[in-house]
Amino acid sequence: MELRMVASKSFGGAFNLDVDFTASGEQTGVFGVSGSGKSTMVSLIAGLEQPDSGEIFLDGECLYSSRRGINLPPQRRRVSIVFQNGCLFPHLSVEANLLYGLKRCAPEHRKVEFQALVHVLKLEGMLKRGVNHLSGGEKQRVALGRAILANPRLLLMDEPLSALDDSLKLQVMHYLKRASEKFGIPYLFISHSLLEIRLMTEQVLAMAGGRVVGQTSPEQLARERMGLSQVGYINLLQVEKLRKVGGLYVYRWGMEELFVSAGDDGGMAVFELSSRDIILFTRHPEAVSARNLLKCTVVDTFPSGNKVGVELRCGHETLIAEVVVQAADDLAIQARNEIYAVIKASSFRRLG
Amino acid sequence: MENALLNSADYDAIRISIKVAVAATALSLPFGFVYAYLMTFFRFRGKLLLEVLVNLPLTLPPVVIGYLLLVVLGKNGFLAPLLELLGVRLIFSWKAAVLASALVGFPLLVRSIRISMASIDLQLIHASRTLGAGWLDTLLTIILPLSRTGIVAGASLMFARSLGEFGATIIVAGNMPGVTQTIPLAIYDYASAPGGETAALSLCGVAIAISMLVLLVHELLNKKLARRN
Repeated sequence: MELRMVASKSFGGAFNLDVDFTASGEQTGVFGVSGSGKSTMVSLIAGLEQPDSGEIFLDGECLYSSRRGINLPPQRRRVSIVFQNGCLFPHLSVEANLLYGLKRCAPEHRKVEFQALVHVLKLEGMLKRGVNHLSGGEKQRVALGRAILANPRLLLMDEPLSALDDSLKLQVMHYLKRASEKFGIPYLFISHSLLEIRLMTEQVLAMAGGRVVGQTSPEQLARERMGLSQVGYINLLQVEKLRKVGGLYVYRWGMEELFVSAGDDGGMAVFELSSRDIILFTRHPEAVSARNLLKCTVVDTFPSGNKVGVELRCGHETLIAEVVVQAADDLAIQARNEIYAVIKASSFRRLG
Repeated sequence: MENALLNSADYDAIRISIKVAVAATALSLPFGFVYAYLMTFFRFRGKLLLEVLVNLPLTLPPVVIGYLLLVVLGKNGFLAPLLELLGVRLIFSWKAAVLASALVGFPLLVRSIRISMASIDLQLIHASRTLGAGWLDTLLTIILPLSRTGIVAGASLMFARSLGEFGATIIVAGNMPGVTQTIPLAIYDYASAPGGETAALSLCGVAIAISMLVLLVHELLNKKLARRN
C-alpha cells in the first residue's frame, strides 16, 4: 500500500489541517492526542469530507485532486472504515451487516470469502442475531468483518479499541491483526494510545495541531515520548506460563524466568512493565526483597527529558529502564557494560 | 334506514373522509420524506424560508389555505390555464379536498420524519458510503428503514388531521353530499339544522372510533418497530 497525501482544510480558523506525507507499508499507525486532526484526515481519505486543496493518491490512483478537479465519491474509493463504536446498522442482523459491503463490491475485486472470514473472526454462532444484543468486543469483530468483506484497498481503523474495556482490547487487537494479515488488506490504525500503536503497527505518523510532525517506527516514537509520559516507557513482555510457586506465577520470558504476582492460569500472556519500575545495579545486589534479578548488558543510553533511558539486552530480549541523570553519571552507565536489573513481582501488569 | 343511526349520506361522508385522508397521506408521504431528507442532511440557500413556508399551515387559519388554493386553482386562478390544458378539474371535487388536507397536514408529517432522521447517527451513513453504497442506495437501505418510526408517526398524525380537516376543505371542495362532503362537513350540516343532534352525535362517534383505531394501529406499529430495532 502506498498513500500519498498533500491536503489542507480549514475549519473557520478554529482548526486547520495541513498534511503532507507518503505512507507505505501494510500496518501504518497515526498517533496523536485528541484534536490533532486524526479523524479529519480519515474523513478526507475516505471521501466523507473534501479538502480545500491538495491531492490524495492511493496505490497510484488519484482519489482527490483540487488541481485536476478529481474527487472520487466514497463508494468508489474502496476505502473502508472501522469506527470507534462499530457503527453497525441497527435494523440489520449480524449476517446482513457483514454482507452489506460484499454485495456492493464488484465481482473482480472480491477476494475475501464470507465463510472464511466468519471462521477467522469466530462469528459462526451469531450470524442470525440482532446487533443490539452483541457485546462491545463482538460488535467490533462484526464491524471489522463487514469492512473487510467490502474488499477495500485500505482499511481505516479510527480508534477501534477506545470504546472497549482493557480486558477486551487485546482480544480484539488479535482479531484486527489476524484478519488483516490473513486477507492481505493493509490498514491505517488511528489511535491516541501509544501502546495500541506499538502493538498494531510497523510505522507511525505522529500528528499534532493538524500536521504530520514525524514519521518513524512505533518503538522509536515510544522512546522519544518516554520523558513526556507520566508512566515512562512501557515495556511489553510476551511470556509463557511455567508454574505457580506459593502466591507467585513463574513465566518464561526469552531465556529468563520471571516471578509475577498478577498472573493467572492462562498459557501465553503479555505483561506491561514501566521503565520506572526497573532498578539498576552495577554489581550483583545481596539480600533483595524484589523477586526478579536479571543480568543484562547495556546496549545504548539515550536522553529522555531530564532523565536517561537505558536500553538493556537480557538474553535475546530487550528492556528499557529509566534513571535520573545523576544516577547514570554515578553508575557510569554506558554501552557494553554489564548491569543487574531488579524488578518487583508486583510491577508487572497483565494486558488483556 | 330512516331509523338507523347513520343514513346513506352519512356512509358516503365516512367513505369520502377515509378516501380523502388515505389519498392525502399517500400523496404527501414521498414528498414529505424527500423534504425531510433535504432539510435534515443538506445546507442550501433559502432553507429557512422554505421551512417557514412549509410550516405556515400550522399557524394559518385553514380557511386562509382554502382561499389561497381557490385563488391559485380556481376558474380564474394562476394555474387555471395549465389545468384546463391537462383536462384536470380540481376545484369542488374530492381531489381538491385531498389537496387541502395534504397542505394542512404536511407540516405534521415532515416534523415526525425529521425528528426520526435527525436521530440517525451520521457515522452509520458514513459507514454505508464507505462500504460501497451511493447516496440513493444509502437513502433506501439505511435512512429509510431507520426513519420508519417517524414515518409511521407522521403518517398517523397526517391521516388523523385529514379526517378532521374542515376550513380549507369547505372553501376549496365545497360541501356536496356524496361528492365532497366529509364527516366534519356532515356534522356541521347536522349541527346547523334543527333536529340533527342525534345524527351529528352518531357521526362524532364514528370520527372518534376511526381516530382511536388510527392511534391504536400507530402505537402497535411503533412497538413492533421498536422491538425489531
